[in-house]
Amino acid sequence: MSFITVKNLWKEYGQQVVLENLNLKVARGEFCTLVGASGCGKSTFLKMLLGQERPTRGDLNLVGQPFPAEPDRNRGIVFQRYSVFPHLTVRQNVLMGLELEQKPLLGKLFGVRRREAMQQVDEMLASVGLAHAGEKWPHELSGGMQQRLAIAQSFIMKPRVLLLDEPFGALDPGIRGDMHELILSLWRETGTTIFMVTHDLNEGFYLGTRLLVFDKVRHDPQQPEAFGATITYDLPIGQTDRQLYESIESSVSQTARALSV
Amino acid sequence: MRLINRHPGAMAAFVLGLIPFALLIMVYAMASQERLAENPNDKLLPGIEQMTAAIDRMAFQEDRRSGDYLMWVDTLASLERLGLGVGVAALLALLVGILNGVLPIVRASLAPLVSAASMVPPLAILPILFIVFGLGELSKVMLIVIGTAPIMMRDVAQRVRELPQEQFIKIQTLGANSWQMVIRMVLPQILPRLIDAVRLSLGPAWLFLIAAEAIASTEGLGYRIFLVRRYLAMDVILPYVIWITLLAIVIDQCLRFTNRRLFPWYNAGGH
Repeated sequence: MSFITVKNLWKEYGQQVVLENLNLKVARGEFCTLVGASGCGKSTFLKMLLGQERPTRGDLNLVGQPFPAEPDRNRGIVFQRYSVFPHLTVRQNVLMGLELEQKPLLGKLFGVRRREAMQQVDEMLASVGLAHAGEKWPHELSGGMQQRLAIAQSFIMKPRVLLLDEPFGALDPGIRGDMHELILSLWRETGTTIFMVTHDLNEGFYLGTRLLVFDKVRHDPQQPEAFGATITYDLPIGQTDRQLYESIESSVSQTARALSV
Repeated sequence: MRLINRHPGAMAAFVLGLIPFALLIMVYAMASQERLAENPNDKLLPGIEQMTAAIDRMAFQEDRRSGDYLMWVDTLASLERLGLGVGVAALLALLVGILNGVLPIVRASLAPLVSAASMVPPLAILPILFIVFGLGELSKVMLIVIGTAPIMMRDVAQRVRELPQEQFIKIQTLGANSWQMVIRMVLPQILPRLIDAVRLSLGPAWLFLIAAEAIASTEGLGYRIFLVRRYLAMDVILPYVIWITLLAIVIDQCLRFTNRRLFPWYNAGGH
């Protein structure tokens, strides 16, 4: 049985078909990047993996069981923005998950157990390069640092699946490279299954083990909502063929243009 | 340079701010002097001496009949009502606002009622309060509560819903249940916003306080002003109005200061 199975999955909002007939099998520990034009359902698919949205038809299974219908501690998420809590310092932000897990009523740890948890927090912060910033507020951090914090916050829960929704989209190119290295090293260490949505095809070709291209195969100019997107390319990474890159690029941008009319 | 691009310096801004006050005082002093020159017993525009004499009589001499220092008794009574009313209203606003903001089921059943209640003119139901709660303290406090709570409830609910959706999702992925979400994420982020809401509702709260005191009371700042109106005692009314204004400013600034001290992340743009 594979780790994640998607079978004949459809997502529709009323008349509008977003995803049509998605089929996919993902093994434990894979790092999938999802690329495609805006409006091609990559984020919708990620939301279904998260439990924020439900499929209209078809199966979405985690180890044979349907995905829970609401977000839970087994699936971590990092959004492009607003992923960290502004009213908590960096250390408190990372500590939060551990506190919620151990204290269902107060949601807060005290004394020895807090110190023990803090040790775990500090190790986590060191591994994302935030050891020096533990007592800072999130608004005092740069965009890249805030994303490091959001990643640490998710990884400390040891989620089975980590979902990244354009996590580096708002960052400077140089910083983006550092973040790629960080996420790859954390992925190798923990063996977490990762799905990452990105706009940047290059990022998709470079990161992870597998590239999933979401695109519309059929397009009706009179009725753009009639057909949904599906996975048009499912490639193992390493096959970074220039020609293939260009052909994906051109088909994705063609869809993007068609959708933006 | 265009007018909209000309900014006064710090010193200039301070002086510019003072000018209207100085002008107001000057115009009053001149008018008062003129009237007093004509008739030394004029009551409408008392001079500084009459007013300081009135303050001295009200605040620093025992009242001949009751033996109280009236201005302090009035101030204490009014502040007690105001504090109690606004405090209860803020607590209610926090409770109902958070429930409305966080739980869709509660919102569906409670939000329309809160919206309707916030449209009721509070002074129109003052007679009802007097009938139901009597002429004692309770009806005055209730007027402030009823006058300010519904709007604060709506404000708090709105602020809760303005918290980024990403945070609600994020805390669920950290395993939070609904209760933990409220006490670890919503409540701490709403408290500074509640203090802002209280600051804004202090204006209406004073209005309701003085209205209630004017109608049925035996002490209080509003009671005194309306009492001495019968004798045209502008020398008491004007200092009382200035005193109320000062109290309002001090309370507002205390709340602002508290907000800054307790929630450094909020005021540094961390939200």
